[in-house]
Amino acid sequence: MESTIHATQAVVSLDVALPGIIWGWMITLNMWAKSIGTGVILVGAFLLYRHKREEMPNLRWMMPLLAFIFLNIFLLFTLTDLHQPYRMVNIFLHPHWTSAITVGAWMASLFLLLITIMLIIGVGEELPGVPFKGCKLTAWGRNKGGLYDALFPFVVFLAIPVTLYTAIIMAESSARELWQAPAEVMQMMWAAFMAGASALILVSSNWSKEARRDLALVLAIATFFSFMMYMGEYFFSFKSAEGEATLAFVHSGGPYNIEFWFGMVLGFIIPFFIAVGNMKSDNKTLLRVAAILALVGLYMAKDVWLKIPQLLNLS
Amino acid sequence: MKLGFLVDLNLCMGCKGCEVACKVENEVPLSTWRLRVKYIDIGTFPDTSRSFTPLRCNHCESAPCERICPVSALHYLENGIVNVDSARCIGCAGCMMACPYGAIYMDPETNTADKCTYCAHRIESGMMPACVVVCPVQANIFGDIEDDNSNISQYIMEHQGAVQVRKPEKNTKPTHFYVGGGTQTLDPLAHERLEGYGLFNNVTHLEAIGDKHHSVLDRFLAPFESEEKYDNRSFVDFDNKDYKSELTQGDK
Ligand code: SF4
Ligand code: SF4
Repeated sequence: MESTIHATQAVVSLDVALPGIIWGWMITLNMWAKSIGTGVILVGAFLLYRHKREEMPNLRWMMPLLAFIFLNIFLLFTLTDLHQPYRMVNIFLHPHWTSAITVGAWMASLFLLLITIMLIIGVGEELPGVPFKGCKLTAWGRNKGGLYDALFPFVVFLAIPVTLYTAIIMAESSARELWQAPAEVMQMMWAAFMAGASALILVSSNWSKEARRDLALVLAIATFFSFMMYMGEYFFSFKSAEGEATLAFVHSGGPYNIEFWFGMVLGFIIPFFIAVGNMKSDNKTLLRVAAILALVGLYMAKDVWLKIPQLLNLS
Repeated sequence: MKLGFLVDLNLCMGCKGCEVACKVENEVPLSTWRLRVKYIDIGTFPDTSRSFTPLRCNHCESAPCERICPVSALHYLENGIVNVDSARCIGCAGCMMACPYGAIYMDPETNTADKCTYCAHRIESGMMPACVVVCPVQANIFGDIEDDNSNISQYIMEHQGAVQVRKPEKNTKPTHFYVGGGTQTLDPLAHERLEGYGLFNNVTHLEAIGDKHHSVLDRFLAPFESEEKYDNRSFVDFDNKDYKSELTQGDK
């Protein structure tokens, strides 16, 4: 750290321009959308384990539909953020397996393929005439309920590494001391549960009370533990000089202080209390507010955590 | 064979000869650098001194940039050099996030990652890196660190106990050493970098990564409408023959 002793104070008097933020809002959006895309599958699986299908009438097609939409957003922004987007194909033709980017791209693509099959079957089974009468694709899916059920366990299993690989990319980013693998792995998991529960809350108006209570429970647990982890890092990273220098951007007076605390209050503290309250008395509207706030707050928290380590000069 | 670098900061006088030679040799575009010499003023007036620190890629033995690159655009050569093949690069900037020394830039002309290669092309034909040749005080010492009789190995042995690398805690195992450095010069957290006009220049940050006029749409349209000869070509062609043949034609 900068010295307070006169003889060792040092200041740069000639230097080149250094890069600023390298991974910006597109990567935030990418992580946020992926949390929803995999989270609806993980939380959906939990609900299907605990409740009968009839209690959540639209889940069978809504779950793959939400996953499909948000995984496409995630992949679109992954591609758009590349400076050479067409060369993305090189990841498949010439993969380098030590890179979490490579492993992630393969797994996410396989995951999206399986989700697409589930979506076709789900829509074919439950929504005749969608997207149009005589659609061959959904007609194919109509009698494939068995395949849907057979694929589902694999999809749930695959959702875990697809959720987590971004944390490993962050861990492989050796220049960014703030991102430590264990913390990032857990934060990605909590983010998926938070985002998955929130997205499903928004489509759960005709579900049973018990199912909605479980959604509120997942939201409460995920916001609580994620918030605790942020607080642990925010206040107690004093062991590492780089970690502390990074957190100075978010501590009091830092440029990201307001965004961070807005994210914490909107996305974690308020939704936690609403969700806990909702487990006693079912209030659909309030729970929906909590879900929207959680999604907004999660985006802000992710945005801050992505950007602050990039504000540090590396050399 | 493992090629390594050693800079004796006691000898360096901050003439920037190496920086200029590198720019010319490797045609490094404006606003980017493979090798730079940073001036740091230490102490409090009137007891101050100025230090000069040449900074380049460390060609780490355990290179995070190589590990994270999804397409092996960054790869090891047999002589230990961490080389970069811009024809493979997808421009994900993962390497820029991974290199703890900020040694990689996104070339604003090709929109691919690039960095110091220890002048691998010169070494291939038996020449020294351009920065070594140009240094008037021989502060840059280059050679095989696995050969005990090489100049660099001898130098390291002579200065045992005073040889440093940058950020050893990052576990990157650099093959680039310094003699005569201190925390103030080698640790970026140990000196202030005040933005704005200083003694010599405007100390600042880059406005964009890569070409600042290359919008998201341009990235997709470039192969179809680009006037830039070398931009976005041969995106699946690792040998990048088109690129090479155009270069040779252009040279004539
Ligand atoms: S200094 Fe940076 S760019 Fe060079 S080998 Fe090490 S990690 Fe890679
Ligand atoms: S920007 Fe290029 S060189 Fe760097 S990690 Fe991505 S593909 Fe590899």
